[in-house]
Amino acid sequence: MKILVLISKAPDTTTKISFTDGDTKFNDQGVQFVVNPYDEWYALVRALELKEANGGSVTILTVGDATNDPVIRKALAIGADGAVRIDAQPDDAYQVAYQIAEYAKDQNYDLILGGKETIDYNGGQVPGMVASLLNLPFVSNASKLDMSGNTATMERDIQGGVELVEVDTPFVLSAAKGMAEQRIPNMRGIMAARSKPLQVVPAAAVDGLTSVSSYELPPAKAEVRIVDADNPEELIDLLHNEAKMI
Amino acid sequence: MATSDRFQAHDFYLMDELLSEEHRLIRESARAWIKKDVSPIIEDYAQRAEFPKQILPGLGEIGAFGPYIPTEYGGSGLDNIAYGLIMQELERCDSGVRSTASVQSSLVMYPIWKYGNEEQRQKYLPKLATGEMMGCFGLTEPDYGSNPGGMITNFKDEGDYYLLNGAKMWISNSPFADIAVVWAKNEAGRIHGLIVERGMEGFSTPETHGKWSLRASATGELVFDNVKVPKANLLPNKSGLGAPLGCLDSARYGIAWGAIGAAMDCYDSAVRYSKERIQFDKPIGAFQLIQKKLAEMLTEITKAQMLTWRLGVLKNEGRATTAQISMAKRNNVEMALNIAREARQIHGGMGITGEYPIMRHMMNLESVVTYEGTHDIHLLILGFDITGIPAFK
Repeated sequence: MKILVLISKAPDTTTKISFTDGDTKFNDQGVQFVVNPYDEWYALVRALELKEANGGSVTILTVGDATNDPVIRKALAIGADGAVRIDAQPDDAYQVAYQIAEYAKDQNYDLILGGKETIDYNGGQVPGMVASLLNLPFVSNASKLDMSGNTATMERDIQGGVELVEVDTPFVLSAAKGMAEQRIPNMRGIMAARSKPLQVVPAAAVDGLTSVSSYELPPAKAEVRIVDADNPEELIDLLHNEAKMI
Repeated sequence: MATSDRFQAHDFYLMDELLSEEHRLIRESARAWIKKDVSPIIEDYAQRAEFPKQILPGLGEIGAFGPYIPTEYGGSGLDNIAYGLIMQELERCDSGVRSTASVQSSLVMYPIWKYGNEEQRQKYLPKLATGEMMGCFGLTEPDYGSNPGGMITNFKDEGDYYLLNGAKMWISNSPFADIAVVWAKNEAGRIHGLIVERGMEGFSTPETHGKWSLRASATGELVFDNVKVPKANLLPNKSGLGAPLGCLDSARYGIAWGAIGAAMDCYDSAVRYSKERIQFDKPIGAFQLIQKKLAEMLTEITKAQMLTWRLGVLKNEGRATTAQISMAKRNNVEMALNIAREARQIHGGMGITGEYPIMRHMMNLESVVTYEGTHDIHLLILGFDITGIPAFK
């Protein structure tokens, strides 16, 4: 089975977020980047488990410049066989998906996996767009994936229950929490990653379809107000007149 | 009891920029493993004074056993900075965990690699690297601590074997170790290293109980009562006191990094606590006396990080001297001990409980400041280097 896993870098969750260029760009100075957890913990690890059970190969792909190499190397240390980096600055979901589809269209992957979203911009659009551009079936937010021959059975958590989906390869899916357990790179993997191939592919010519007007930080958390349980009128008054929620 | 680990690293002078991408990956992987597998259990094991043996395979997996040993012997072939970073991450969790890895790497694998023959390297190093085989190191004796050259443990050539007699104490890992690298004098009074294996007749390893420090690490004695050691178990390529002292240089270097880990953990907890703890209607971190403590802690950690990184570069180039290593070990352990004590003050009464790692670090560091050359002996090593006059003879 030939598997492609889409990997993004994302700021570490402890990053202090700020913006530059008139609040139109994320300020990445001094920011520690990690492999986007949905890509790493769920998509990549499940892909590796499938390879270990059924044979085949796992290639990771990222769209971005050389600042992505540390997260690529980590994904290789976790166990991917090889990596592709498309040398384009990611602008929007369509532009990224187009780059991926251009590369993947001749590669005959049985399975293309990505995380359900990146934890920075929470877009969650790329895997679906890749599927559309490649004319492949797409299953979003899968929390369980099993393969039997060429048929995949997936679970999706839906309101009040679980949806079971069956699809034949090739297909694209986005992985949600629960699909696999995090794997920590061991020293053997880190050393093996040194000699694994990292292929840098030139970008395809395509423009994004959207642009960001501006970013703003969420308002600072307000102080907690304790209202006496015997005084619901005060609570109603606060919700109505101060918070203007009712 | 604390089972969650909210640690965040502190890098005030952006020292990470001096590390390679692989160094950072090694450190982050060690940290992730510690947070997942060791932090949740360490307080419990320390309180019960038990070594968590189940972490040994994991220590092998993250490369904590002999990271600088060449890959042909099962090591990782890494540099000294990588070794230091792993020790830092282990001691960030607990000095006892770091001690186990230090002993295995610097005091067991290092002498077998450097002073052993090819057969010994092939026989022991690959199993030591995975943790399948554990080792300990016997130098200190009941009557010879800072003066190891006076040791009375000795061996006689009996033709087919060496007959070993004597006793060692304060030996980390001894109660469960499969092998011991033991330093003993031959009939001519020359110090040699011997590999003694568990199960050899007359060899026992009684455990030392009642420690208030390194409680999550097993410490014991090594007792040799007419132990017949095969001649093939003598380390042939170096003898004299310089041989065990060479091992100590490597271990002390690892301790210099490890102590930064313990200090960072105390500082990190103190920063968080000082923002969360409210007194007089504001976080105690708003008070100048708390801010002074935190500022001084961060200053000392930053100085130690720079000192130790530079020492690592020198060690990679084969230029780090014993005296330079002494300075870093001594400075960093004292720094960590002072930070643990100040952090304990910031945590108030909570600082004495197992809810926070502070008191455990503080008690551990009381051993670390004494073993591998006491705090004072390192002054004498430096004094000798400065004046050319040895004060310890």
